[in-house]
Amino acid sequence: MSLKIIVLAKQVPDTRNVGPDAMTPEGTVNRAVLPAVFNPEDLNALEQALRLKDANPGSTITMITMGLPKAAEVLKEGIFRGADKGVLLTDRVLGGADTLATSYTLAQGIRKLGDFDIILCGRQAIDGDTAQVGPQVAEKLGLTQITYTEEILECTKEKIVARRHIDGGVETVEGPMPIVVTVNGSAAPCRSRNAKRVMKYKKAATTLEIAAASEEVQAFYAQRPYLQLTVWNAADLEADPAQIGKTGSPTNVKSVKNIVFKAKENKSLTGSDADIEELIVELIQNNTIG
Amino acid sequence: MNNVFVYCELEGNQVADVSLELLTKGRTLANKLGVQLEAVAVGSGLEGIEKQIIPYGVDRLHIFDAPGLFPYTSLPHTSAVVNLFKEEKPEICLLGATVIGRDLGPRVSSALFSGLTADCTQLEIGDYEQNVKQADGTMVKKQFVNQLMQIRPAFGGSIIATIVNPDHRPQMATVRDGVMKKEILDENYQGEVIRHDVAKYVPLTDYVVKVLDRHVEAAKNNLKGASIIVAGGYGVGSAEGFDKLFELAKEIHAEVGASRAAVDAGWVSHDRQVGQTGVTCRPKVYIACGISGAIQHISGMKDAGIIISINSDPNAPINQIADYIITGTVEEVIPKMIKYYKKNSK
Ligand SMILES: Cc1cc2nc3c(=O)[nH]c(=O)nc-3n(C[C@H](O)[C@H](O)[C@H](O)COP(=O)(O)OP(=O)(O)OC[C@H]3O[C@@H](n4cnc5c(N)ncnc54)[C@H](O)[C@@H]3O)c2cc1C
Ligand SMILES: Nc1ncnc2c1ncn2[C@@H]1O[C@H](COP(=O)(O)O)[C@@H](O)[C@H]1O
Repeated sequence: MSLKIIVLAKQVPDTRNVGPDAMTPEGTVNRAVLPAVFNPEDLNALEQALRLKDANPGSTITMITMGLPKAAEVLKEGIFRGADKGVLLTDRVLGGADTLATSYTLAQGIRKLGDFDIILCGRQAIDGDTAQVGPQVAEKLGLTQITYTEEILECTKEKIVARRHIDGGVETVEGPMPIVVTVNGSAAPCRSRNAKRVMKYKKAATTLEIAAASEEVQAFYAQRPYLQLTVWNAADLEADPAQIGKTGSPTNVKSVKNIVFKAKENKSLTGSDADIEELIVELIQNNTIG
Repeated sequence: MNNVFVYCELEGNQVADVSLELLTKGRTLANKLGVQLEAVAVGSGLEGIEKQIIPYGVDRLHIFDAPGLFPYTSLPHTSAVVNLFKEEKPEICLLGATVIGRDLGPRVSSALFSGLTADCTQLEIGDYEQNVKQADGTMVKKQFVNQLMQIRPAFGGSIIATIVNPDHRPQMATVRDGVMKKEILDENYQGEVIRHDVAKYVPLTDYVVKVLDRHVEAAKNNLKGASIIVAGGYGVGSAEGFDKLFELAKEIHAEVGASRAAVDAGWVSHDRQVGQTGVTCRPKVYIACGISGAIQHISGMKDAGIIISINSDPNAPINQIADYIITGTVEEVIPKMIKYYKKNSK
């Protein structure tokens, strides 16, 4: 039995490491210096996909990402780790999308790919932390979903059994295929790159990049279709203009405020006995503790 | 019509705290708009559930009670809510930013083509102006009144964004547990209870996911409600280090919290994590021990009354929001705090 697996992955600014170096003198975050990374939970999703492929030889993993041309980096990274194919959805008219417009666009990409058994995504992306795109893609495709998945225990063409995280506990559920599964960060971490695949695919490039290159380079890629990453624009996706980009986004950002940590007036102490005793006495006397 | 709706999450026949908190918030929003507050409860064996819900000021409670609606699964709950909303046309819909709320909310918003804002920390009614593109391509300023201002942190908590959904209804938002205050409005509040015929809303084909096994444990700690929290981070160094924090906490009647780094290290259980992906708390006193003060941690505790930081690094970012900065090691300072508390209390 072989499975047709789709993994949705996003390139995100690395908001995990908003360290002092990312802080401007005004105390706000300089987002431009944050490196772009593979959304962490999408790597967990990729690992579940790779395990399904290991268990079911002949299965294929197609990764889809929507973003700027640079987002093709996640497709390459996924291929280095064992995915088979990558599709980049990119177009200026797709910009400014909220989760609903994003999920519509991704759903159109999935429809265009055609046949599939399972769609895996990360639980949430660290730039927005919304966890909305997976369930919205499922709704758009008329499929059910298993969210917050920690492990796929069983998966055939007909049914899937998975363990998922719930508030205050865990649950094991069985669902029908095809299905959308969102994978939680507590699932198994993704295996690292495979050196042989890195060698083989390091020159992988999008059809956009290839089209812009010299004739010689184009000839090189023409002979090596496995190095070509598919690119689809809004027209390729036959996307309804009312449902993509800013127009297709019911949510609007009215305003954005940077968080500024203003240094408070504070008391500095050492760990000496005298300082600690003085502090404790002060806290007891003003009824803060005790 | 055009009322404020709250989806009430249920564990058996117990309404989740977060839903009650949202009812209180929903009541305030409904008052501002001059509309009614309505609640939706979907589950099994819900006799008497209204007693938990109506006192929060709920004018109409919609009950969907049928076997198969508990435990929660995605499709039946989505159908109940979506089909109800098609009839009722809510202005606003609030859900918990819980596993259930984040499973259900996006499906409902996708089905109704309405905007959904995740993890709001503030919800307000307000007016604003926005440039709107006309059919001929020109821009005009348009005034929007009485809109839901959905305020939430983004970019790992480094910015606060205000989100609006001017053109689509309902305006949907999720809010995490513990962010809003829960307050009974009136024990004897009079609200209408409507029991819907579930089969009219939920097709049988929706019952496709089976819950084979389920373990839920009641929260082991009371971080959310604690007035004093002793929290440990990676600087605590070990599980034994945390034993000392528990000892101090016991002495001063505090709860123990932790940063994600300490949880990831396995020194303390996940339910004690404070921050963006953990508990949001606002204790009177927060004692941060060996915590650097990453933005995701701070977002869960910055509203504490007094913040005491114990850190060997005088430049740890958390010191910027601390009221007392103790520059020293956890190993050294905690035993002294225990010692001098014992000596000076009572
Ligand atoms: C999407 C996302 C969500 C997140 N959510 C959360 C969350 O909810 N909560 C959370 O906490 N984190 C969260 N994080 C992680 C967060 O970014 C930080 O990695 C984490 O808070 C760091 O924990 P820490 O301060 O304990 O560890 P560190 O950053 O390693 O800091 C340790 C501190 O201890 C001090 N120290 C070392 N030794 C000693 C000693 N002997 N005595 C005293 N001080 C000492 C050091 O000077 C340092 O300041 C999240 C990250 C992401 C990407
Ligand atoms: N632009 C995108 N391209 C591909 N996948 C995406 C995109 N945005 C979101 N996803 C997927 O949806 C999940 C949830 O994202 P979010 O709703 O933004 O938190 C992510 O972990 C990805 O798997």
